[in-house]
Amino acid sequence: MNAVNFKNAIITSIVFVILASFMMGVQLVPDGTGLAITFADPVRIEALAIALAVLFVFQLFRSPITSSWQTFRNALPLPEQGLTEALQAQGEKHPRLKQLTIAFVLAGLIIWPFYASRGSVDLATLALIYVMLGLGLNIVVGLAGLLDLGYVGFYAVGAYSYALLNQYLGLDFWSCLLISGLIAAFFGFILGFPVLRLRGDYLAIVTLGFGEIIRILLLNWTSITGGPNGISQIPKPTLFGLEFSRRAKEEGNIPFHEFFGIDYSSGYKVIFLYLLALVLVIVTLWVINRLLRMPIGRAWEALREDDIACQSLGMNKTAIKLSAFTIGAAFAGFAGTFFAARQGFISPESFTFIESAIILAIVVLGGMGSQMGVVLAAIIMTVLPELAREFNEYRMLMFGLLMVFMMIWRPAGLIPMKRPHIALKDNDEQSSSASRKPAQAA
Amino acid sequence: MSKAHPLHANQPRPLEGVLDMSSQNKKQNLLEVDDLTMRFGGLIAVNKVKLNVEKGQIVSIIGPNGAGKTTVFNCLTGFYKPSDGRIRYRGENITGSKNHEISLKGIVRTFQHVRLFKSMTVLENLLVAQHRHLNTNLLSGLFKTPAYRRSEREALDCAAYWLDKVNLTEMANRDAGNLAYGQQRRLEIARCMVTRPDMLMLDEPAAGLNPQETKELDELICDLRDHHDVSVMLIEHDMKLVMEISDHIYVINQGTPLADGTPEQIKNNPDVIKAYLGEA
Repeated sequence: MNAVNFKNAIITSIVFVILASFMMGVQLVPDGTGLAITFADPVRIEALAIALAVLFVFQLFRSPITSSWQTFRNALPLPEQGLTEALQAQGEKHPRLKQLTIAFVLAGLIIWPFYASRGSVDLATLALIYVMLGLGLNIVVGLAGLLDLGYVGFYAVGAYSYALLNQYLGLDFWSCLLISGLIAAFFGFILGFPVLRLRGDYLAIVTLGFGEIIRILLLNWTSITGGPNGISQIPKPTLFGLEFSRRAKEEGNIPFHEFFGIDYSSGYKVIFLYLLALVLVIVTLWVINRLLRMPIGRAWEALREDDIACQSLGMNKTAIKLSAFTIGAAFAGFAGTFFAARQGFISPESFTFIESAIILAIVVLGGMGSQMGVVLAAIIMTVLPELAREFNEYRMLMFGLLMVFMMIWRPAGLIPMKRPHIALKDNDEQSSSASRKPAQAA
Repeated sequence: MSKAHPLHANQPRPLEGVLDMSSQNKKQNLLEVDDLTMRFGGLIAVNKVKLNVEKGQIVSIIGPNGAGKTTVFNCLTGFYKPSDGRIRYRGENITGSKNHEISLKGIVRTFQHVRLFKSMTVLENLLVAQHRHLNTNLLSGLFKTPAYRRSEREALDCAAYWLDKVNLTEMANRDAGNLAYGQQRRLEIARCMVTRPDMLMLDEPAAGLNPQETKELDELICDLRDHHDVSVMLIEHDMKLVMEISDHIYVINQGTPLADGTPEQIKNNPDVIKAYLGEA
């Protein structure tokens, strides 16, 4: 009777019946001023009966089922690995499969906003901004190993660059995207200098200070930045000069809906912003993915691993550190510009230390250096608080708890960074080069 | 072991097996060190050390623990700025240069405690080390220009060659930190060699190796000198290794040069025996 657990099955079934009868078996229907209790329709009761039967059988034969599942799993070619590792392994074996998966995911991401609600598209856009920020900070913290607590400073520089350039010089979003990126990169470069000699905790404190200096500067330089009032009426991005408002704000511009002869809908703007953010994120992913496999990316990692060995091999520590700060800051600048354009209003309130902390949490939670991990963590960090809105004040508590448990269970992050597998010469190439040599000798 | 790598084919190599370097009379000084002194506050760690390394030589520095051997290394490779003295490399004064500048000139070192990039793969360790030989242009890397691809290919070939040389081909995609100790030592030497140095400085390369591994190291070092155009300076406590492979030995005791000469001369030098074994 070991295998068949009759008692357990009976208890489970009883619990199921009690719960199901209350929750699904009866319904409250408004009846005039009061409520009337009605029983569920026969279809539902039928379904419940089937569920009960399945549950009973499953509980009865639970141990044989689980043990046979174990043997089945062990027989599978993918053993104890997690799903992501297995997928990655598959992706390496079949590059076409990987490309296909990427194409499908991309297509899904592009089609999705046309069917989703306005609110969720808006939230997704926000998530994409954090993806960009996370990826940028990942260069500095995850790859180069330089703990930066003031990353939000560069984000602010990017946002304010666009807002101010637009307000004073009338530049549009697209040219500002580039310029703000460059300005933020320049600030990254500037910050890089004083912290060249610093490491670890000291570096963290200085960068923290830097982030605060930027914020306080924006707050107090009222004549230019508007101080705590911020800057409003920042124009939204345009699509080749097509605006997404009901009427064109600028002379000569045509609204998007008039150009295509469709009815105006404010939803277009939201979808456009989402798609724009998606494009920016994909470009960011692509660039950083390339950087990772380039000499500069390897140098960043080497610096994180052992800076003394780095120098002994002739690498210039200064240049490597500065490049990490500069390139990381540039991505924050892009994200900032997009943020300003999306919000239409920015103030120093948006760039407090807590933002830096969230971005850092994204990097750590996702897995230092891991691209996919950071993407996933950014989505979780933005979407989860929205989903948990019902819990009000408790959600931050839950959030904190979640992070504590994450760090205990998966200290390397959600998807730990995986080393790229570089194939040495494969066998046939080796044999061909071997056959070439005697030919040369002869 | 005499197969030459295609990448090194265009570099001038010593005539293999035809001439014994030590019997060559045209001596070329690679590294000359005069009166090297290093003070830490009141402590004189290195006192007027004089060294001379000729091209194609294996030179050893020996001495009791705490004699200041590693400090000499640190001064030569730019990790410390010497308090006094002069270091000339190929006739050029490199005293007080920064460490990465010195290694760019062709002096590359290993460390007493292995310093690998532990969480990177073995292959990546070797690719990182070739940084200065690679196409590091950002744009060409982003768009994978032919020049960039060629440079990466060459780096990979060079890495593959050295992996084969130190018997680590199987381990190419393992994390360097997961290698056995002896393998880590070999990888560290390979990592120095891919930078294509003229002078290799090994700080206790045999520490922690078993006799078999030490023997292999012995062969590797000789091979590097004979076929890869490097001069070697090493600090070592394993006397068997030192006496076997050194062309010249310097003995340092308490920061001060005690003796120098061929292995034979050092073995019979009464001062050296006294320093190592104490007064009789």
